[in-house]
Parts: sequence; C-alpha cells; structure tokens
Amino acid sequence: MNLKDVQRVLKAKILVGEEFMDRPAETCCGSDLMSDVLAFTKCNTLLCTGLTNIQVIRTAGITDLCGIVIVRGKLPSPDFLNFAREAGMPVLSTGLTLFEACGLLYVAGLRGCSQEGGCSL
Amino acid sequence: MTEAKSVKMSYDVAGGDFDRAGEASANIKRMLQKIGIPADIVRRVAIGTYEAEMNVLIHAGGGTVNAEIFTDHTVINISDHGPGIPDIKLAMQEGWSTAPDYIRQMGFGAGMGLPNMMKCSDKFDIQSKIGEGTSITMEFNHISEDL
Repeated sequence: MNLKDVQRVLKAKILVGEEFMDRPAETCCGSDLMSDVLAFTKCNTLLCTGLTNIQVIRTAGITDLCGIVIVRGKLPSPDFLNFAREAGMPVLSTGLTLFEACGLLYVAGLRGCSQEGGCSL
Repeated sequence: MTEAKSVKMSYDVAGGDFDRAGEASANIKRMLQKIGIPADIVRRVAIGTYEAEMNVLIHAGGGTVNAEIFTDHTVINISDHGPGIPDIKLAMQEGWSTAPDYIRQMGFGAGMGLPNMMKCSDKFDIQSKIGEGTSITMEFNHISEDL
C-alpha cells in the first residue's frame, strides 16, 4: 500500500506532501503517545494520531515514518504544517476516529508493527 | 600511536524548549546519513539520542549532547546538571516515569525512554548522582544487520 491508497481508503485530505503520495506504507501505528512511536515502530510506518504538536513531526522524522494521518478532523497549526513541509513529511487529515481509521486500513491490508514483515530497520 | 579520525558534534539543550526539542538528534542523524552509515544504524542512533535529548529537556532543565562518529562506531554522550535519578534500576523499568501531566499530554513521559535507549544501543552506561546530574553514554557499532 502507498500513501495514495491510504488517502483513498480514509477519504483523507492531503495537507502536506502531495508529491510523496507514491511513498510505501508498510506498517501502521495508531497512537497519541510518541514514546510508543519511538519504541515500537519500524521505518516506513504510517502514523495515525490525534496529536498535533511539533514533536509529532520530529518523532516521525527521527523514526523514518512514511507519513502522518491526523484523525478526528483536527486541523494542525500553520507552524505544524510548515515544519512538516520543511521535513518532507506528508500529512493527511481524516474526520474518522483513530479506531475507525486504523480499522479501515487493517481491512485494506495494512498491518501493525508487531507483525512479521515490513521494513526491517 | 595515532588516534582514530572522528567527527565530533556538540549541542547545548535548553530545558523546556519544546520548539527546538530534537534538533541535536536530527542534526546528528543528518551527519550520519551524509557519511554513509547504514540506515538501520542511523535510525537506532537517532532514536536513542532523541530519547535522551527529550529526557534532558523534560527532567533536567537542559544539558549537553555530544556525538563522536568514528569509522566503525558512534559514541553519544548526554549529560546534565539536573536533580539526578534516585533509583536507576527503577527508572530502567518500562512504564516507570516521573514526567508531569503536561509532558504526557504532549505524547511523552510514558516511561519508555531509558529502556529504549538501552535497546537501541550496543553499549549503554548511565551514571547519576542526586543533586549533581546524570550522564548517559551509548555506543553504536556500524555493522548493519541488513547486510
């Protein structure tokens, strides 16, 4: 699955990174806890979160995530979006809840980071 | 005897400056990528350093991040003059945290930092004295598991 597929499945709006929609999403993590993102994700993981502070972008960059989906229809601040643009980190937005977004992505074939496969880093 | 060549980087981390939190780790990550260190190693160094950088910023009121990149390994040292850790064994337990609520609301302080630093690094050392501060040293071998 790539980010274009993610956008289609979640009927999401692209806020940053239209040019990165071919990027592969190999696994998915649904969390508002950046500590867990740091401890349990693999590279090329898609992060679904309701958190919209700058550290979400920083954490995603440090851990080589492929993109971020903001759930519950939240609108990140201009600072957040500018930082994402500078970091080359795609950001999508959906009105779905975290549970619904992760559920739809799972049905579409995306798996969690505890599963075999995905990025080995 | 000649000393091995290395690249040294040093950053001051200001306590509570969340807008700039992670800058040191991101800069060190970029340098490792530029040098051509394997991606899996770079990711481990970046995560371990970022965890430590956030800890210094949250708990210690600031400190210093030092990196020394050799041909075959990288050494990261993070030191502060914060309150120190009373019980290191307890602090190393997953889920144990003294972070205040506002830090948890930012998505941090889940008590995974120190165990994750140890998990990411090939050698991990922590020294702490009450009232004097904490020093963490992590070593990362540049041998990729992907090769």
